[in-house]
Amino acid sequence: MHEYSIVSSLLERVGAEARTHNAIAVHRLTIRIGAAAGVDPDLLSKAYEMFREGTLCAGAELCVQRVEEQWACPRCGRTIARGEILRCAECATPARLVSGDEIILEQIEMEVP
Amino acid sequence: MCQDCGCGDPEIVPVEVHQRLLSANDRVARHNRAHFVEHAVLALNLMGSPGSGKTAILEAMARAPGVNRKLAAVSGDLATDRDAERLRAAGIPAATITTGSACHLDAEMVHRALHDFALDGLDFFVIENVGNLVCPAIYDLGQALNVVALSTTEGEDKPLKYPVMFRNADAVLLTKIDLLPHLGGVCIRNFDDALARVMPEPRVFPVSARTGEGLDRWLQWLDEKRIRA
Repeated sequence: MHEYSIVSSLLERVGAEARTHNAIAVHRLTIRIGAAAGVDPDLLSKAYEMFREGTLCAGAELCVQRVEEQWACPRCGRTIARGEILRCAECATPARLVSGDEIILEQIEMEVP
Repeated sequence: MCQDCGCGDPEIVPVEVHQRLLSANDRVARHNRAHFVEHAVLALNLMGSPGSGKTAILEAMARAPGVNRKLAAVSGDLATDRDAERLRAAGIPAATITTGSACHLDAEMVHRALHDFALDGLDFFVIENVGNLVCPAIYDLGQALNVVALSTTEGEDKPLKYPVMFRNADAVLLTKIDLLPHLGGVCIRNFDDALARVMPEPRVFPVSARTGEGLDRWLQWLDEKRIRA
């Protein structure tokens, strides 16, 4: 379950940002997770609940923005649904993932004295 | 301090980051990649289920007749040194990365292991990942190519069940094809169909490590990749 190691990267990164800004606490984290990123948002939230104790994030809400998986033909723009053959039915160009593989830390709300 | 009204409260500041959560791993992966490129070694991240035949394919590559390819490998394993022992017995310099309870390799583990290898003179360096179709898929290790071993005995729908693993693959080794006559209706066409639904440009090499069937096409492709790298 790699969600634990992702949370550990998240807490390290937030800790570093908080130190840079001399923050005394973190209030909210906003992350963006794509449906095709290979990360389960619910497991990630559970792992966060376990690991945030005793860190600057102990009182910080984790806000997860989910992003849909979307495929399209890069040549003619035709949308290709998940589960279809990933090649454009019109022009045979291999499909491209337009969105859905994001694992991104967007924003940290921190308390600065 | 709150600047607006002089109330003395601490200020809540939104800090915009907009970066990949695994950016620390990505940084080490870039360092590994530069190291491989500098030594003109083609690095493979070989992934797949436990028992899909990852080690067996490497053994078969070492015994393949013809061109003498110089391989070295690290094998990720939760608890044992068995895969690396098998590889060494096949003549491949190999070490184990013992991951304990971790279900995947990350770039830092590979970086530490690389200190034990002389890359000069090698053609290929194979990072044999922990047997797992989920977790290894999202970690860049610094490889040039992601390769997934999928055995005919695992079931034709595995690509549909684990799409992220296959989407990120440059090539799929469909292993144990010598067993197809015993698998009652399982056929390569169905694997191809499932892979085409998760990979925009599927590249599949049906192989048997036991009989050597299909290895020539796979090795020819690897050799071409190495020349172009």
